[in-house]
Amino acid sequence: MQDGAVSPQTWLIALVVVGVVVAALAILLLSRRKPARQRITDPHEALRAALGKTRGGLMDGLRRLLGGGLDEDIIDSLEEILLRADIGVTATQRLIGGLKEGYRAGNLKDQAQVLEFLKTGLKEKLGGEAPKLREAPKPPTVVIVAGVNGSGKTTSVAKLTHLLTRGGEKKVLLAACDTFRAAAVEQLATWAGRLGVDIVRGQTGADPAAVAHDACEKALKQGYDYLVIDTAGRLHTDKNLMRELEKIARVGKKHIPDSPHEVLLVLDATTGQNAVRQAKEFLEVLPVSGIILAKLDGTAKGGIVVVIREELGIPVKFVGLGEQPTDMQPFDAGVFVDGLLS
Amino acid sequence: MFDQLTDGLSGAISRLVSRGKLTEANIDEGLREVRKALLEADVALPVIKDFIDKVKAKAVGQLQIEGVDPGQQIVKVVNDELVALMGPIDTRIREQGNGPTIIMMVGLQGAGKTTSCGKLAKYLVEKKRRKPVLVAADLQRPAAIDQLKVLGEQLGLPVYSEDPNASKGLTGIFKRGSRAAEVCKNGVKFATQAGCDTVILDTAGRLHIDDDLMKELRDVKERLEPQNIFLVVDAMTGQDAVKSAKEFNDQLAVDGVILTKLDGDARGGAALSIKAVTGKTIKFIGTGEKLDRLEEFHPDRMASRVLGMGDIVSLVEKAKEVVDEKRAERSATRLFEGRWNFEDFLEQLQTVKKLGPLKQVMGMIPGVGQLMKGVDLQGDELKPIEAVITSMTKTERKHPDLLISHRTAGSRRRRIASGAGTTVNEVNALIKQFKVMKKLVGELTRGNKLGQLMTQQGIEDMLPRLPGGRALGKAAGKHLPSKKDKKRAKR
Repeated sequence: MQDGAVSPQTWLIALVVVGVVVAALAILLLSRRKPARQRITDPHEALRAALGKTRGGLMDGLRRLLGGGLDEDIIDSLEEILLRADIGVTATQRLIGGLKEGYRAGNLKDQAQVLEFLKTGLKEKLGGEAPKLREAPKPPTVVIVAGVNGSGKTTSVAKLTHLLTRGGEKKVLLAACDTFRAAAVEQLATWAGRLGVDIVRGQTGADPAAVAHDACEKALKQGYDYLVIDTAGRLHTDKNLMRELEKIARVGKKHIPDSPHEVLLVLDATTGQNAVRQAKEFLEVLPVSGIILAKLDGTAKGGIVVVIREELGIPVKFVGLGEQPTDMQPFDAGVFVDGLLS
Repeated sequence: MFDQLTDGLSGAISRLVSRGKLTEANIDEGLREVRKALLEADVALPVIKDFIDKVKAKAVGQLQIEGVDPGQQIVKVVNDELVALMGPIDTRIREQGNGPTIIMMVGLQGAGKTTSCGKLAKYLVEKKRRKPVLVAADLQRPAAIDQLKVLGEQLGLPVYSEDPNASKGLTGIFKRGSRAAEVCKNGVKFATQAGCDTVILDTAGRLHIDDDLMKELRDVKERLEPQNIFLVVDAMTGQDAVKSAKEFNDQLAVDGVILTKLDGDARGGAALSIKAVTGKTIKFIGTGEKLDRLEEFHPDRMASRVLGMGDIVSLVEKAKEVVDEKRAERSATRLFEGRWNFEDFLEQLQTVKKLGPLKQVMGMIPGVGQLMKGVDLQGDELKPIEAVITSMTKTERKHPDLLISHRTAGSRRRRIASGAGTTVNEVNALIKQFKVMKKLVGELTRGNKLGQLMTQQGIEDMLPRLPGGRALGKAAGKHLPSKKDKKRAKR
C-alpha cells in the first residue's frame, strides 16, 4: 500500500464496516425474500404510532386554561410526581390531559378535586380483576415465574410458596429450571428446605425443559396441588433464551394440557420505562397473566405498572415488600396509588 | 441496544436538525423534544432540568454564529453536554502500596454485584495482570456464596468464604462489628497469605433505606478501608436511580460506578442521573451474562448510544482485538482494487462473527440499527451464506465471474445450491448481493468516503451525522492510531 493520506488502520476500519454492512444487507435481503421465516409481527410499532398522536401540546393548553397562579403549580407538581414515579412521559401526559378535560367540563374546581380525580382514575386503571392466583379445575395448578436477571424471581417463588402452603393443607412442588446461573438451583433448594416443600432440580447446565418435564410428571403422579416453576433470569432481548421459556411452557402443556394456569412476571419496582418492553417481550412467548412487583419496600414507586396494565392488560397480582418469605402481599390498587402520589 | 436506542433522542434531534434558522423559539421547541426523549430514557427529572438549562444557555449563546448549520449546532451542544455530564473517562482502580488492593462492591439487590465481581476479577487478571481473590461477604441471600464459588472456579481464582451460619466463636464474641466485616478481614488475611494482590469483596445486596444493612456496609468500610468502593447499578433503573445512588454515596462515599445489563434495550438514562447526582464516574459497563462482558465506560460512546448514533468506536476497538491486521490489510487492498472475491467475502463474514453477536455488532454501526428494524436477528443468519460459499469450488471463489457471466454459471449455481442444501434462488440472491457489494466498494475507491458512498447508493441513514460534521474515518481513526504511524513517529 502506498504511503498516502489513508493509513492502513483506516483501511481496516473501512473493511470491518463494509463487512458488517455486507452482513446487514445479506440478512435484509434474505429476510425480505422469506417473510414467513421467523417474522413475529411487531405490535410495538403500531402501539407506538398510536401513542405518538396523544403526545404534545397538552401541558401547554392546560397551563393556558388554568392561567398561572396556584393551579398551574398544582398541575406542574402533579406532572412531576407522576414522572418521578416512573409512570412515563406518555401516560403522564395522558393523565394530565384527563385532568384538563375534567377541568374543561367544570367537574374539577379545586386542588383536592384534581387530586381525587387523578387517584380515582389510576385506581380504576389498576383495579378490576381480583389479585388472586388462577386455579386449575383439577390439580396441579401450574405456575411459571419469569423475569429478567435480578428482578427477584427466586425470592418471589419462595414468597409465593409460603402463601400457598400457609393453610397447611396444600402440597407445593418447586421446579428449579434456572440451570444457567451459578448456584441458582442451590438458592431455590435452600428456600425449599426452609419452607419444607419438595423440589425437582437438574444439574447446572441441564435442559430446563427437561427439569420441567420431570417436575410435571412428579406433580401429577404424587398428587401435588401446585407446581411452581422458577426460571432463569433472561433479558427480554435474548431471543434464544426467550424461546427456551416457550419450550418450558410447551413441555408443561404436554403433561397438563390446560397449563400453565398462571404465568407471573416478576418486575423490579426500580425499573424504569424498559419494563414495558420487558412485559411485551415476555408476553410474546408466555401467556403472562399477572405481575409480581418486587422490591416495592424501597423508595421506587413502580409506576410503570400503570402503563403495563393500560397497554398490555396485565394486572399486578402481588407486591414484594422485603426479603422474608412472609413479605409478599396481594396487590391493593388503592394503597398503591396513594403511595404513588405521596 | 439496537433499534430501540435510535428512537427517542435521535428523533428529537433530527427534528432540530431539519429546522432552518436557529431562533430562541425553535430552540425551546426542540428542547421540549429532548426533554421528552430523556424522560423516556429514564434520566431523572431534576437532572433533565439542569441539562436542558445548560444546553439552552449554550445554544442561545451560539445564535449569532453564522455559516454553521443551526441544527448541527444544537446537536453538537446536546451531544457535548451529554458527554460532559457523563465523563470523564476514568477506569483507574486505586491501588494500595503495601498489602493487597481492596475493591468493595455494593449495590441494590439484583443489580448484578456477584456477576460483576467475577467480571471485574477476569478483567483485572487479563488486562491488568493482577491476582485477585474473591471474598463472599454476602451472608444474606441463600446460595450467594455458592454462586461466587462457582464463578471463582470458572475463572480459576481463589474464593474466600465462611459458613454464614457459624457462630462468631469464642474470640469472635469479643470482637466488635458485624460478621460481614469479620469475613472480609479474614479474606484480606487469606489474600496476603496466598500471595494475591487484589481483594474483591462481594457484599450483600440491600435497599438503600435498610439501616441495619447500611450500617454493616459502613462497618466493612471502616474496618477494611478499601481503596475502591464500586456501586453496581442496573441500567434499566428508572427515576429511583438518583435516590439510591445518592444514599449509597452519602453513606459510603463510593469511588465509581459499574453499570450493568446494558446488553438489553434499556436506554440507560441512569448513567446520566447517577453521574450528575453523585459526581462519581462510571468505570465499567456490563454487556452480557458471560464473564468477559465487562467493558470500560466511555462517555462519548454512551452519549452517542443514547443519541442513537451507534457506537462505531467500540466496534473498531473490538475489531482490533479479533482482526488479523496483515490479512485484513491484504484483503482490503484487494477489495479496493476491485479484485474482491468470495474468499474475501467469507473471510469478512467470519471476522464479523468473531466480533460478537451480530445483533450487537450491527447496533454499534450508526444507522444500521434503524435499517434493520423489524428484522428478527437470531444469531445464525450468516450460516446459510457461509454454507453457500463453502459449497463453491476454490476456483469459483477466487473467480466470481464463473458464477456470474460464465456460460456454465447456471449449472454451477445449481450444483452449489444442492451442495449447500438450499435452493438456486438462495444462491442467486447471494451472488446478487456480492455484485452489489462489489459495486459499493468500487464507489468507495472512487469517492474515498464511506459516507458519500452510502448516500449515493440510496441507503439512507447508514452512516451517522456526527456532531460537528466529523467524518467517520476521522472519528474512528482518532481512537485508533496505527502501529505504522507510531513507528514512523518514533523514527
